[in-house]
Amino acid sequence: MSMLHTVNKSPFEKTTLDSCLRFAQQGASILLLEDAVYAAMRGTAAEGKMVAAGNRHKIFVLGPDLKARGLAVENVIEGIEMVDYGGFVDLTVSHDSVQSWL
Amino acid sequence: MSDENFDEEEEYTGGVIKKFMYVNRRAPYGSVYALESLEVVLVGAAFDQDVSVVFADDGVFQLKKGQDTSEVEMKNFSPTYRALEMYDVEKLYVEKESLEARGLTEEDLVVPVEVMTNSEIGKLMEQQDVVLSF
Repeated sequence: MSMLHTVNKSPFEKTTLDSCLRFAQQGASILLLEDAVYAAMRGTAAEGKMVAAGNRHKIFVLGPDLKARGLAVENVIEGIEMVDYGGFVDLTVSHDSVQSWL
Repeated sequence: MSDENFDEEEEYTGGVIKKFMYVNRRAPYGSVYALESLEVVLVGAAFDQDVSVVFADDGVFQLKKGQDTSEVEMKNFSPTYRALEMYDVEKLYVEKESLEARGLTEEDLVVPVEVMTNSEIGKLMEQQDVVLSF
Protein backbone atom coordinates (compact mmCIF):
# COMPACT_ATOMS: atom_id res chain seq x y z
CA MET A 1 0.00 0.00 0.00
CA SER A 2 1.66 3.20 -1.10
CA MET A 3 0.22 6.58 -0.41
CA LEU A 4 0.74 10.03 -1.85
CA HIS A 5 0.54 12.97 0.56
CA THR A 6 0.10 16.47 -0.85
CA VAL A 7 0.89 19.63 1.13
CA ASN A 8 -0.05 23.12 -0.09
CA LYS A 9 0.72 25.41 2.88
CA SER A 10 3.91 27.32 3.65
CA PRO A 11 6.03 25.60 6.32
CA PHE A 12 6.67 29.01 7.89
CA GLU A 13 3.03 29.95 8.33
CA LYS A 14 1.21 26.70 9.07
CA THR A 15 1.95 23.38 10.76
CA THR A 16 0.41 21.39 7.88
CA LEU A 17 3.74 20.04 6.68
CA ASP A 18 4.67 18.95 10.22
CA SER A 19 1.36 17.11 10.54
CA CYS A 20 1.94 15.38 7.23
CA LEU A 21 5.44 14.31 8.25
CA ARG A 22 4.14 13.03 11.59
CA PHE A 23 1.55 10.76 9.99
CA ALA A 24 3.15 9.74 6.72
CA GLN A 25 4.52 6.20 6.83
CA GLN A 26 7.99 5.25 5.71
CA GLY A 27 8.06 4.90 1.94
CA ALA A 28 5.06 7.14 1.32
CA SER A 29 5.51 9.92 -1.26
CA ILE A 30 5.04 13.62 -0.55
CA LEU A 31 4.24 16.25 -3.15
CA LEU A 32 4.81 19.91 -2.25
CA LEU A 33 2.62 22.35 -4.19
CA GLU A 34 1.31 25.94 -4.00
CA ASP A 35 2.82 27.69 -0.92
CA ALA A 36 4.39 24.42 0.28
CA VAL A 37 7.00 24.69 -2.48
CA TYR A 38 8.94 27.07 -0.21
CA ALA A 39 9.77 23.98 1.90
CA ALA A 40 11.71 22.50 -1.02
CA MET A 41 14.31 25.26 -1.06
CA ARG A 42 17.86 25.15 0.26
CA GLY A 43 18.99 27.69 2.82
CA THR A 44 15.71 28.12 4.70
CA ALA A 45 14.81 27.35 8.31
CA ALA A 46 12.85 24.32 7.03
CA GLU A 47 15.76 22.70 5.20
CA GLY A 48 16.91 20.38 8.01
CA LYS A 49 13.42 18.99 8.43
CA MET A 50 13.08 18.32 4.71
CA VAL A 51 16.48 16.66 4.39
CA ALA A 52 15.52 14.33 7.26
CA ALA A 53 12.13 13.65 5.63
CA GLY A 54 13.97 12.73 2.43
CA ASN A 55 15.39 9.67 4.19
CA ARG A 56 11.91 8.30 4.87
CA HIS A 57 10.01 9.53 1.83
CA LYS A 58 10.31 10.26 -1.85
CA ILE A 59 9.61 13.99 -2.10
CA PHE A 60 8.33 15.83 -5.15
CA VAL A 61 7.74 19.53 -5.85
CA LEU A 62 5.41 21.06 -8.45
CA GLY A 63 7.48 23.02 -11.00
CA PRO A 64 4.87 25.58 -12.14
CA ASP A 65 4.37 26.67 -8.50
CA LEU A 66 8.14 27.08 -8.01
CA LYS A 67 8.31 29.17 -11.16
CA ALA A 68 5.34 31.36 -10.19
CA ARG A 69 7.11 32.25 -6.93
CA GLY A 70 10.44 33.05 -8.55
CA LEU A 71 12.17 30.02 -7.02
CA ALA A 72 15.02 28.50 -9.01
CA VAL A 73 15.13 24.76 -9.66
CA GLU A 74 18.89 24.87 -8.97
CA ASN A 75 18.15 25.84 -5.37
CA VAL A 76 15.84 22.93 -4.65
CA ILE A 77 17.14 20.56 -1.95
CA GLU A 78 19.02 17.63 -3.45
CA GLY A 79 16.86 14.53 -3.75
CA ILE A 80 13.60 16.40 -4.19
CA GLU A 81 12.25 15.72 -7.66
CA MET A 82 10.44 18.35 -9.71
CA VAL A 83 7.27 17.36 -11.57
CA ASP A 84 4.89 19.24 -13.90
CA TYR A 85 1.10 18.92 -13.96
CA GLY A 86 1.37 15.74 -16.04
CA GLY A 87 3.74 14.33 -13.43
CA PHE A 88 1.22 15.25 -10.70
CA VAL A 89 -1.40 13.18 -12.53
CA ASP A 90 1.05 10.27 -12.89
CA LEU A 91 1.75 10.39 -9.13
CA THR A 92 -1.95 10.26 -8.21
CA VAL A 93 -2.45 7.32 -10.56
CA SER A 94 0.62 5.37 -9.46
CA HIS A 95 -0.24 5.54 -5.74
CA ASP A 96 -3.07 3.61 -4.12
CA SER A 97 -4.53 6.65 -2.41
CA VAL A 98 -3.97 10.37 -1.92
CA GLN A 99 -4.16 12.38 1.29
CA SER A 100 -4.37 16.16 0.80
CA TRP A 101 -3.15 18.01 3.90
CA LEU A 102 -5.05 21.28 3.63
CA MET B 1 2.49 70.45 -11.55
CA SER B 2 2.20 74.08 -10.41
CA ASP B 3 1.82 75.09 -6.78
CA GLU B 4 -1.68 76.29 -7.54
CA ASN B 5 -2.78 72.87 -8.75
CA PHE B 6 -1.15 71.23 -5.79
CA ASP B 7 -3.13 73.47 -3.42
CA GLU B 8 -6.36 72.55 -5.14
CA GLU B 9 -5.56 68.91 -4.74
CA GLU B 10 -4.81 69.41 -1.06
CA GLU B 11 -8.16 71.09 -0.61
CA TYR B 12 -9.90 68.23 -2.38
CA THR B 13 -8.49 65.63 0.00
CA GLY B 14 -9.37 67.79 2.99
CA GLY B 15 -5.68 68.25 3.73
CA VAL B 16 -5.60 65.66 6.49
CA ILE B 17 -2.66 63.35 6.07
CA LYS B 18 -2.55 60.29 8.25
CA LYS B 19 0.18 57.74 8.68
CA PHE B 20 -0.94 54.44 7.22
CA MET B 21 1.07 51.25 7.64
CA TYR B 22 0.23 48.11 5.69
CA VAL B 23 1.58 44.89 7.16
CA ASN B 24 2.00 42.00 4.70
CA ARG B 25 2.53 38.56 6.17
CA ARG B 26 1.32 36.17 3.45
CA ALA B 27 3.02 34.63 0.45
CA PRO B 28 1.66 35.57 -3.00
CA TYR B 29 -0.61 33.26 -5.08
CA GLY B 30 -1.43 30.74 -2.33
CA SER B 31 -4.06 33.18 -1.09
CA VAL B 32 -5.45 36.49 -2.33
CA TYR B 33 -4.09 38.58 0.59
CA ALA B 34 -0.96 39.84 -1.16
CA LEU B 35 -2.78 41.11 -4.24
CA GLU B 36 -5.60 42.69 -2.21
CA SER B 37 -3.09 44.45 0.03
CA LEU B 38 -1.27 45.90 -2.96
CA GLU B 39 -4.53 47.33 -4.29
CA VAL B 40 -5.38 48.92 -0.95
CA VAL B 41 -1.87 50.40 -0.72
CA LEU B 42 -2.41 52.05 -4.11
CA VAL B 43 -5.76 53.47 -2.95
CA GLY B 44 -4.14 54.99 0.14
CA ALA B 45 -1.38 56.47 -1.98
CA ALA B 46 -3.93 58.00 -4.39
CA PHE B 47 -5.32 59.99 -1.45
CA ASP B 48 -1.87 61.42 -0.70
CA GLN B 49 -1.57 59.68 2.64
CA ASP B 50 1.71 58.94 4.41
CA VAL B 51 2.06 55.30 3.45
CA SER B 52 4.54 52.71 4.65
CA VAL B 53 4.48 49.04 3.76
CA VAL B 54 5.94 46.27 5.90
CA PHE B 55 6.84 42.80 4.64
CA ALA B 56 7.26 40.21 7.37
CA ASP B 57 6.88 36.44 7.76
CA ASP B 58 5.86 34.93 4.40
CA GLY B 59 5.07 38.44 3.15
CA VAL B 60 8.73 38.79 2.20
CA PHE B 61 8.09 36.26 -0.59
CA GLN B 62 5.85 38.84 -2.31
CA LEU B 63 9.00 40.73 -3.29
CA LYS B 64 10.97 37.72 -4.58
CA LYS B 65 12.58 38.38 -7.96
CA GLY B 66 11.89 36.20 -11.00
CA GLN B 67 8.21 35.38 -10.47
CA ASP B 68 6.69 33.77 -13.57
CA THR B 69 3.04 32.75 -13.27
CA SER B 70 2.58 31.72 -16.90
CA GLU B 71 1.99 28.08 -15.93
CA VAL B 72 -0.39 28.62 -13.02
CA GLU B 73 -2.85 30.91 -14.82
CA MET B 74 -2.67 33.73 -12.28
CA LYS B 75 -1.64 37.34 -12.69
CA ASN B 76 1.99 38.05 -11.84
CA PHE B 77 1.61 41.25 -9.83
CA SER B 78 5.21 41.48 -8.65
CA PRO B 79 6.12 44.19 -11.24
CA THR B 80 3.57 46.47 -9.53
CA TYR B 81 5.82 46.76 -6.47
CA ARG B 82 8.30 48.54 -8.71
CA ALA B 83 5.58 51.08 -9.62
CA LEU B 84 4.92 52.03 -5.98
CA GLU B 85 7.65 54.65 -6.16
CA MET B 86 5.61 56.54 -8.79
CA TYR B 87 2.78 56.79 -6.30
CA ASP B 88 5.22 58.19 -3.72
CA VAL B 89 5.14 54.95 -1.75
CA GLU B 90 8.80 54.77 -0.86
CA LYS B 91 8.80 53.45 2.67
CA LEU B 92 9.14 49.72 2.17
CA TYR B 93 10.33 47.88 5.26
CA VAL B 94 11.35 44.23 5.31
CA GLU B 95 11.87 42.33 8.51
CA LYS B 96 15.43 41.03 8.69
CA GLU B 97 14.58 37.92 10.71
CA SER B 98 11.91 36.82 8.21
CA LEU B 99 14.25 37.24 5.25
CA GLU B 100 16.99 35.21 6.92
CA ALA B 101 14.70 32.35 7.95
CA ARG B 102 13.72 32.00 4.30
CA GLY B 103 17.25 32.02 2.93
CA LEU B 104 16.75 35.37 1.19
CA THR B 105 18.79 38.56 1.04
CA GLU B 106 18.03 42.10 -0.11
CA GLU B 107 19.47 41.18 -3.53
CA ASP B 108 16.66 38.65 -4.05
CA LEU B 109 14.00 41.39 -3.96
CA VAL B 110 12.39 43.27 -6.88
CA VAL B 111 12.60 46.70 -5.23
CA PRO B 112 15.01 48.59 -2.97
CA VAL B 113 13.82 48.21 0.62
CA GLU B 114 14.96 49.02 4.10
CA VAL B 115 15.80 45.84 5.95
CA MET B 116 15.02 46.37 9.62
CA THR B 117 14.83 44.29 12.78
CA ASN B 118 11.43 43.43 14.23
CA SER B 119 12.02 45.79 17.11
CA GLU B 120 12.76 48.70 14.74
CA ILE B 121 9.61 47.96 12.74
CA GLY B 122 7.65 47.61 15.97
CA LYS B 123 8.67 51.11 17.00
CA LEU B 124 7.52 52.54 13.64
CA MET B 125 4.25 50.68 14.01
CA GLU B 126 3.51 52.51 17.23
CA GLN B 127 3.89 55.86 15.45
CA GLN B 128 1.12 55.13 12.92
CA ASP B 129 -2.42 56.49 12.87
CA VAL B 130 -3.73 53.40 11.09
CA VAL B 131 -2.23 49.91 10.76
CA LEU B 132 -3.83 47.53 8.27
CA SER B 133 -2.95 43.86 8.35
CA PHE B 134 -2.95 41.45 5.41
